[in-house]
Amino acid sequence: MSSPTSATRDLGSRRPPRLGGFTTVVLGIEVRRLLRNRRTLIFTMVLPVVFFLIFGLNDAYADAAAGSGNVSAFIMISMALYGAVLATTSGGAMVSIERAQGWSRQLRLTPLSPLAYVITKMLTAMVLGFASVAAVYGAGLLSGKPAMPVGIWIATFLCAWIGSLVFAAFGLFMGYLLPTENVMQILSFALMLFAFSGGLFIPLSQMNDVFQAIAHFSPLYGLNVIVHAPLTGEGLDGWAFVNVVTWLGIFVAGAVWRLREDTARP
Amino acid sequence: MPADADVLFDASHAVRLRDLWKSFGPVEAVQGIDLTIQSGEIVAFLGPNGAGKSTTIDMILGLSVPTSGDVEVFGVAPRTAVRCGLVAAVMQTGGLLKDLTVAETARYTASVFAHSKPVEEVLERAGIADIADRRVGKCSGGEQQRLRFAMALLSDPELLLLDEPTSGMDVEGRRNFWATIRQDAAEGRTIMFATHYLEEADAYADRIVLISHGRIVADGTAAQIKSLTTGRTIRATWPGADLAELESLAGEGNVEVRGDTVLIRTHDSDAMARHLLTETPARDIEITARALEDAFVALTSGTNPGGEE
Repeated sequence: MSSPTSATRDLGSRRPPRLGGFTTVVLGIEVRRLLRNRRTLIFTMVLPVVFFLIFGLNDAYADAAAGSGNVSAFIMISMALYGAVLATTSGGAMVSIERAQGWSRQLRLTPLSPLAYVITKMLTAMVLGFASVAAVYGAGLLSGKPAMPVGIWIATFLCAWIGSLVFAAFGLFMGYLLPTENVMQILSFALMLFAFSGGLFIPLSQMNDVFQAIAHFSPLYGLNVIVHAPLTGEGLDGWAFVNVVTWLGIFVAGAVWRLREDTARP
Repeated sequence: MPADADVLFDASHAVRLRDLWKSFGPVEAVQGIDLTIQSGEIVAFLGPNGAGKSTTIDMILGLSVPTSGDVEVFGVAPRTAVRCGLVAAVMQTGGLLKDLTVAETARYTASVFAHSKPVEEVLERAGIADIADRRVGKCSGGEQQRLRFAMALLSDPELLLLDEPTSGMDVEGRRNFWATIRQDAAEGRTIMFATHYLEEADAYADRIVLISHGRIVADGTAAQIKSLTTGRTIRATWPGADLAELESLAGEGNVEVRGDTVLIRTHDSDAMARHLLTETPARDIEITARALEDAFVALTSGTNPGGEE
């Protein structure tokens, strides 16, 4: 029954998968998993909308111009970015639950490469980011206060949504790094800090020179500049792109590194 | 990572461990293991908890890196073997997402391999096709273990590692699980399983590798291991027993004196009893067979009856 017969079994056809095991099957299942989690979905949509309703609906804002639109539009974009960032960060950080269930260790027993998995999870988190930006823009449309050309509505929407990819990677990295129990408390605090230091809640022009210099290194600085650029019409400074690409690189590398190391028994 | 480069496999040696060591800080978990497993063998890795079984299995799977020594799986590094779907494992706990269904978990796993078997066929084989739509978190321990088994079968691995696969199962579940494995092994898959159940190793393995304190203390067929563990214990009352005389007959280390009582472990209990009754003042002689569990403890509790070192 157990006589060595494997010599006749053909090992020659054995190959690693292409793209490190990245597949749309896994992406589809991950997205479905995320959408089953209604509470997270609603939470990430409600909070930025509430912020926008509180800060963005002042009648004075609707009358004050900001670039090719008004201040209300400017604040809507800020809140949409904050919401998107909050959503993708929480989406990414959900890996801390998987980690506790021994799933990342299980994945190490498959050909799925850590990079392919991190990219899958980032794309999955983007679904939450989309929901969040859409909720804020929907609230903006309904309120009738924000005003800007249609093309800029679309351009800023896409910038906020796609830019939040950086924070999907941030959430993943932190989800692998921090203890499961309090990962979201720490991240909510960190995001608040990034939002202030990146000039998202208070314009940097109102801060002193030292703070403005430091702000250029904040993970939200670059995104904040880029998402508002279509509205303000100010030329993009190269530093904003350097900031975004560098932080994206750091967060992706960090997430891959932690996932690779995460082989401990549950 | 050249994805399409041809990898040269060694089809006849499923596992090759050479002078394998692993330490965690000051703890030497694995202390110089040399082991070769031929393709098609069913090997039990038997030892008490903390003997180094799981640590060794983790190194074969590429989940941890040896402190020193060498691991090859079909002639290649463990990680390469995993990426090519040559080796799979069933772990005792964890490794499942509770919010996925059974079928989703299997489709997920199957999709990341270059080649995989049809999901329905594998679920059928593992006996969980009827609960394919159930959430993993709602499955019983036995059902979850069957799912882990199904996940391991999806890539049609040449080597299957099972780490304490039946811990936490009831007797019925354990028997069913092994029946499935046995059926699977008939196709020539190499199987290595860790267990601390002696009966399991005895019933399902062709070869037993006994490990204790990070070393291999015995390696052979089930029958050979059992012959190491057979023998009887003779108990007799003999005040002022002549220890030297008994040791010359039974061998050093096999004689114990407790007050007026002597205990002798021997393979030839008849000859020893005859000697005691005819040549010595010993009386009240009792002869008992050593239980397998006792023998297991004797074999794995530090002193090595094989007598190396």
